[in-house]
Amino acid sequence: MLDLKSLPLPTADEEIWRYSRIDLLQPERFTPSPARTDIVDPHGVCSTTATSSASASPDVFAALNAESMNEVRIDVPAGATLEAPIIITHHIDAGTAALPRTIVEMGRDAEATVVEQFVSAASGVALCVPVLSAHLDDAARLRYLAVNDLDTEAWQIGHQLAEQGRDTSLLLSTVTLGGYYTRARTEARALGSGSQSRQVALYFAAGDQMHDFRVIQSHEAPHTSSDLLFKGAVQDHARSVYTGLISIDENARQTSAHQTNRNLTLSEGAWAESVPNLDIRTNDVSCSHASTVGPIDAEQRFYLESRGVPPEVAERLVVLGFFDEVIDRLPRVDIVDAVRRRVVERLNIASEEVRS
Amino acid sequence: MSMLSISDLRGGVADTDILHGINLNVDAGEVHAIMGPNGAGKSTLSAVLMGRPGYYVSGGTVTLDGADILAMPTWQRAAAGLHLVMQYPSEVPGVSIQSVLIEALQRRGRDDDDVDALLATEAERIGFAPAFLARSLNVDMSGGEKKRNETLQLAVLQPKVAILDELDSGLDIDALRDCARRVEDLSNEGMGVVAITHYSRLLEELRPDHIHILVKGRIVASGGPELADVLERDGYAAFTGGDAGDEDASSDDASSSLDDLFRM
Repeated sequence: MLDLKSLPLPTADEEIWRYSRIDLLQPERFTPSPARTDIVDPHGVCSTTATSSASASPDVFAALNAESMNEVRIDVPAGATLEAPIIITHHIDAGTAALPRTIVEMGRDAEATVVEQFVSAASGVALCVPVLSAHLDDAARLRYLAVNDLDTEAWQIGHQLAEQGRDTSLLLSTVTLGGYYTRARTEARALGSGSQSRQVALYFAAGDQMHDFRVIQSHEAPHTSSDLLFKGAVQDHARSVYTGLISIDENARQTSAHQTNRNLTLSEGAWAESVPNLDIRTNDVSCSHASTVGPIDAEQRFYLESRGVPPEVAERLVVLGFFDEVIDRLPRVDIVDAVRRRVVERLNIASEEVRS
Repeated sequence: MSMLSISDLRGGVADTDILHGINLNVDAGEVHAIMGPNGAGKSTLSAVLMGRPGYYVSGGTVTLDGADILAMPTWQRAAAGLHLVMQYPSEVPGVSIQSVLIEALQRRGRDDDDVDALLATEAERIGFAPAFLARSLNVDMSGGEKKRNETLQLAVLQPKVAILDELDSGLDIDALRDCARRVEDLSNEGMGVVAITHYSRLLEELRPDHIHILVKGRIVASGGPELADVLERDGYAAFTGGDAGDEDASSDDASSSLDDLFRM
């Protein structure tokens, strides 16, 4: 039985939880209850059984999730190419703590697209602790997208872990719009030579929201490559944190790894932090990292205004242009159109607030 | 009354006064060239007229068809018919020329239904490769392509008065000719032009009606096209008494050619 009251919570004094809102979390407020989960499974590869096949537990929340029986398994047979996306939607009830887990087993040379959405069944405080665990057998290709559209009072502390065999291709992507505090720890492990990964995220926090990303590109085999692009915006009093690590083992020679994190601060009171890190233990690699935090470029805004575009419209165009680079890299599913519309709505709300 | 009327305009950037009373009147269809060395205040003039952030006005008036331009925010100046062709157009990732022009035309109360057709026609007219129309504004474009892109937007928006800030910089001779001809055609249809330039080569393509010499934030001489010949023959000294107005300009070049003078 899950015991939220005696959960040994970390504190913000620990480096890995620095800047976070972990000190404000009161798990005892929530009643454990499984998420209501809808699955669009056009290929019949999903199963839901009350078991736990969780293995790795990088922290107390992942360990908590490992006790949960709220599991969806996706087994994509070797050689199968699934055209239509598998879409999993978790509805989180107010007042509850939900611990959904998705296990993806990609057979050799299999291909699939998996979308996982997190939405609130009703507005109000809730806690969602999801885990994605994906394993890619040799030459498998997985495109994964998580969309967090939870209520702005909800907490989400999630984990995504993908382990890649030889010559695999992985797209691990996240869109975060919701949550009071949304944290995602994402790790792509290149275990087989020749594997490639792309990690992409779009986040946009408003009001009092905070979005917090801890991302690891782990290279544990030679001839592997990874590319990361995280782009976010904060407005009002919102906050965001990006902490990224490129880790390259001694034996991961001939590896290329790149991380780029760009943040727009759209209001005076908004705050974003970006901390890229490199841990490289071999020569013969190609690595780069870039990160920026700042307001909309004054020259870009002036350029558009000089054509006769009002400031709030110029800002909308620049922010959408900023995010379109990420949107173009997400899996091509209908949900992505809705994401773009939500970004526009959020900007419109901002300009209304400016006018009033 | 002139279409664009600048009267005793004073201003600068940060806390440095640069313009010390500019007077200029531009009528419909007229082409005015403003020439001067670096530091004379040429770019400050264009920035102040368009309301670039960081620049200030400390005195004087600017009206466009009688409307007080200086009282308007930048976008309203543009919608009212004042247009700045920039020396260094900004790259705006993810924003298309179509989306900007649609917004810009709407603010002018103009039809935006046929933007694509209009762009295609104008692009062909100035030799702007259609492939660039699908790119983000000015992203991955050479200096010359950016200037063609600026000229393209000018042609679509058709302002009352265009300020060309160093249109010739970064342009090869073919591109310069294409852009200058389009500007000339627009001026023949009634657009006023203020061409700010460092070099005389733009004048060979654009053939101004009036030339003004800007030195140390003041127009020290105005005349017809023959002024360019005077400059060519006698150099700047004829207007400045040997002081070209540039902070680091040497003052012993009274006999230097126009080219030398403007290379400072």
